[in-house]
Amino acid sequence: MQDLTKIAPTDTTTPQDAASILDVSNLRTYFYTDEGVVRAVDGINYSVAPGETLGIVGESGSGKTVAALSLMRLIEDPARIVSGEIKFDGRDIVTMSLEELRKVRGAGIAMVFQDPMTSLNPVLKIARQLVETMVVHGRLTEEQALDRAIKLLGRMGITAPERAVDSYPHQFSGGMRQRVMLAMGFSNEPQLLIADEPTTALDVTIQAQILELIVELNRDFKTAIVLISHNLGVIASVCSRVVVMYAGEVVEEGPTDKILADPRHPYTWALINAVPRIDRHVPGQRRLVTIEGAPPDPLNLPAGCRFAARCPFRIEKCEQHPELLEISPGRKSRCWVTQAGQDLPPPETSRDAPAEAKARTGGHHGETVIKRGERLLELRNVVKHFPLPKTTLFGKQKWVHAINGVSLDVAQGETVGLVGESGCGKSTLARVVARIHEPTSGSVMFHGQDIARASQAQIRPLRRRMQMVFQDPYASLNPRMTVGDILGEPLRFHEITQSEKETRERIAELLDVVGLTPKAATRYPHEFSGGQRQRISIARALSVRPDFIIADEPISALDVNIQAQIINLLIDLQERFGLTYLFIAHDLAVVRHISDRVVVLYLGSVMEIAPADTLFAEPLHPYTRYLISAVPIPDATIEAARQRLPLQGEPPSTVDPPSGCPFRTRCPIAQAICAQVMPPVAEVRPSHFVACHFPGQF
Amino acid sequence: MPRYIVSRLGLAVVMALLATLVIFLIANTVPGDPALAQLGDLAASNPDFLKAFRAKWALDEPLWTRYFIFLKELAHGDLGMSIASQRPVLDDIKNYAPATIELATVGFLLSAVIGVPLGVIAAVRRDSWVDHVARFVSLIGVSSPTFWLAFIMLAIFYGELQIAPGPGRLDPIAFAPPNVTGLFLIDSIFAGDWNTFRDALAHLVLPSIVLAAATLGLITRTTRASVLECMHQDYVRVARAKGLSERKIVMRHILPNALIPVVTLGGLAYANLLTGAVMTETIFSWPGLGRYTFRSAAALDFPAIMGITLVVAVTYLIINLLIDISYALLDPRVIR
Ligand SMILES: Nc1ncnc2c1ncn2[C@@H]1O[C@H](COP(=O)(O)OP(=O)(O)O)[C@@H](O)[C@H]1O
Ligand code: SF4
Ligand code: SF4
Ligand SMILES: [Mg+2]
Repeated sequence: MQDLTKIAPTDTTTPQDAASILDVSNLRTYFYTDEGVVRAVDGINYSVAPGETLGIVGESGSGKTVAALSLMRLIEDPARIVSGEIKFDGRDIVTMSLEELRKVRGAGIAMVFQDPMTSLNPVLKIARQLVETMVVHGRLTEEQALDRAIKLLGRMGITAPERAVDSYPHQFSGGMRQRVMLAMGFSNEPQLLIADEPTTALDVTIQAQILELIVELNRDFKTAIVLISHNLGVIASVCSRVVVMYAGEVVEEGPTDKILADPRHPYTWALINAVPRIDRHVPGQRRLVTIEGAPPDPLNLPAGCRFAARCPFRIEKCEQHPELLEISPGRKSRCWVTQAGQDLPPPETSRDAPAEAKARTGGHHGETVIKRGERLLELRNVVKHFPLPKTTLFGKQKWVHAINGVSLDVAQGETVGLVGESGCGKSTLARVVARIHEPTSGSVMFHGQDIARASQAQIRPLRRRMQMVFQDPYASLNPRMTVGDILGEPLRFHEITQSEKETRERIAELLDVVGLTPKAATRYPHEFSGGQRQRISIARALSVRPDFIIADEPISALDVNIQAQIINLLIDLQERFGLTYLFIAHDLAVVRHISDRVVVLYLGSVMEIAPADTLFAEPLHPYTRYLISAVPIPDATIEAARQRLPLQGEPPSTVDPPSGCPFRTRCPIAQAICAQVMPPVAEVRPSHFVACHFPGQF
Repeated sequence: MPRYIVSRLGLAVVMALLATLVIFLIANTVPGDPALAQLGDLAASNPDFLKAFRAKWALDEPLWTRYFIFLKELAHGDLGMSIASQRPVLDDIKNYAPATIELATVGFLLSAVIGVPLGVIAAVRRDSWVDHVARFVSLIGVSSPTFWLAFIMLAIFYGELQIAPGPGRLDPIAFAPPNVTGLFLIDSIFAGDWNTFRDALAHLVLPSIVLAAATLGLITRTTRASVLECMHQDYVRVARAKGLSERKIVMRHILPNALIPVVTLGGLAYANLLTGAVMTETIFSWPGLGRYTFRSAAALDFPAIMGITLVVAVTYLIINLLIDISYALLDPRVIR
């Protein structure tokens, strides 16, 4: 067997020339549940050529994962493949014996799953898990396999691989574990690697590293890749061809660059236009293009076009079910309109909130007059350290240095975005501001009152003016309360409404404001979709008429189209009620889109603060540059031309942070002084603050 | 790992000291004269006895001093005199403990050796006949009262079918093997006396089944649930995607994870069998701690009860320590 760790010469034949190694035709995988049959995968067709990179994109629940698992017959009860063929290397996986199938699994086709934290067995050493993958196919002995495992880990960019194989999974970060999974996937030189959302659980910087690695591996080993993602940017940075799925069907297929530039199915069109772009921002154009509604109920799919209920291009014929047909060479679409040769014009972008909404501004706050620009929140040297639980009885107390001296002003009516890798202290800072946590030191002035040390009783009147919205709308809504009770509770508690009748009216009004029907009041949170639940959370936050809202990753758990709906809602509400936002997200494009100013946080310290456009156009801190560069752009041409800055490694431990500049361990331009002196946050240009000894020199 | 064990050990020692303190305080604050309570009426009516007793335990000194004396005596193995037997409590316990240890261990092994595989197979072959059998076994085991089960067993296998021996550890006419460990099975092996070995084993069958029933049910049920949960973990799907055989997946990927909670449960169940077999021992005339406990309680034999309480506490502490250590061995995440 050839040594995988050597880089093979590049092949000159283009993949499309060769016959396909994977041919999926008319594949149907259904779930036989108690409520009925879920047609999760409902007749999909596609093929993969040797060495090709194919992307599969679609919103959650569209059947991407079930389709991928079906390829290796990994689906479990109550799911069954009910029809179709999966030809791999000329043989049909659907009908082959279990014995034969086991020889394909892990050897011919390998798979990398979404969540690296749960994909490795926690009680087995990395070595064992890698070695068994190779040994089970009988090609290597244990010693050879161990040797190769170490080489592969090295190839995947794991430092000290000899030590790493001897570790247990919990000793690794998510990014490292995904590298181990990739090593496992490539260990038998498969002809095909299926990666199901391999970077969704990771930070952008780590995502960029992993995607880069996948591209390299595809080039060096000629392994065909099927990359599943809901993120068009991720697909664009890796895949040459893309398949778009909607409600269990393929609705569009073609070369990535062509589809992104000129989508031929209204769903793809909506998907592309719903995502804010980090590389371009049109001032004044804040609302995103969204399609209303949600995907159809998989238990009850419509007879006609499955996208019809949300489609802005719908015609009468759409009551019949369209087929997936070739509309131009190499491109297929499942849409009556584009099959008839019609174009999908770029969306009209409404410039601002509807006039009708604006007229209502002011009614919300009653007596309070909002003066934009007045200082609402002032953080000075906020520090928050958490004690780490002791592992031994007499051990030394260790501390997590979550926030290390953050100073920040937020003015009335503005939106301040907070970005940084996971674990950098975004949520902790939000919680300190909301006084869910008491800061270890420093001051938090809200409406001119220091709440850092105030008692809960003193804070209570201010609670009304400051509300929080969380990432997981389900976890933050009491499942046993109706939506009406959830919204009514703060109204009664803060005595905002005087009578039951008034409360009911106010609840109806709130539901209307966030775009839900008044009937929602009698229902329970689990009866709503993720996006609707987030609307309920927002309504609850609004119920007490706050002027300040802290939104901690409010859209991270949502699909792009639903994200766009929520972003639009937040923008509308801000214009209507003059709200101030502290907006936390790891999606930089979204932050750029929604924020007036952006704060970059690293290891609990501020790296850079600047107006959004300035920050993204001219980042002065090396870390900010890396962050921006890591974001994949949903444009194949730009992605192909882009030289990505490779930020190596992962953030150091918050228990034992580096001396001086926290970024110095990963900074390419670090000097001796950086290890000694923590650079102060200095106003390098007007309203552009940077904490770096050498701003703009990278 | 050594640090972890030392820290757990330290904790166990602290807990043991606390137990002695509690026992001491109860003995010394219970109404009336501790001398009277601990000596019994007869001995207490003898002034010489009383004087010696007061001097030995320094009853006129403050409580703390007395506690340290108590600890010192304890360290020398002195748990006081049993009122009923008029022998040192420690000797009594030494006498009765082996029978209990033998019974509890056989009972525990029985429930583990049957319960774990049954639970695993029931989970892997869900809704098959094995699963139904497992469900039946655990239902019977957990829900039938011990005395009822014991009488049924005795009535059927001893009374009706006459294939099982009657109560007791050995036939009434047989002699116990030379005492080495006090465990008849082991001592008879040492002595090379296979007849006694067979006799002891035969006498263990019914009581150990009765004793094992509830534990068996619990272990089967827990194992099944735990395996079922692990079967749906992502890493199992990953293992399947590697091309491993189902047997390897179960043995190497599911079991090491699924058995972690079973170890905790099993350990506690064993401690429970060691310390709580009063009913079974009484019905089967088993000369073990359970019967000693019952008798001492009935006779209000205060020193004996204190001694037993201490033994129970220490048993639990030791088994907890063992559980903690095996936890660390099974699950690398326990020690960082
Ligand atoms: N265990 C299950 N029982 C019933 N329905 C399921 C189950 N798992 C997935 N589904 C359904 O299958 C469909 C496709 O899901 P999935 O393949 O996970 O989508 P994606 O990967 O595109 O997010 C969805 O409608 C989902 O509700
Ligand atoms: S077929 Fe009709 S409803 Fe369906 S996507 Fe095309 S235009 Fe829209
Ligand atoms: S202060 Fe030094 S180490 Fe820190 S970012 Fe600037 S140049 Fe890099
Ligand atoms: Mg999925």
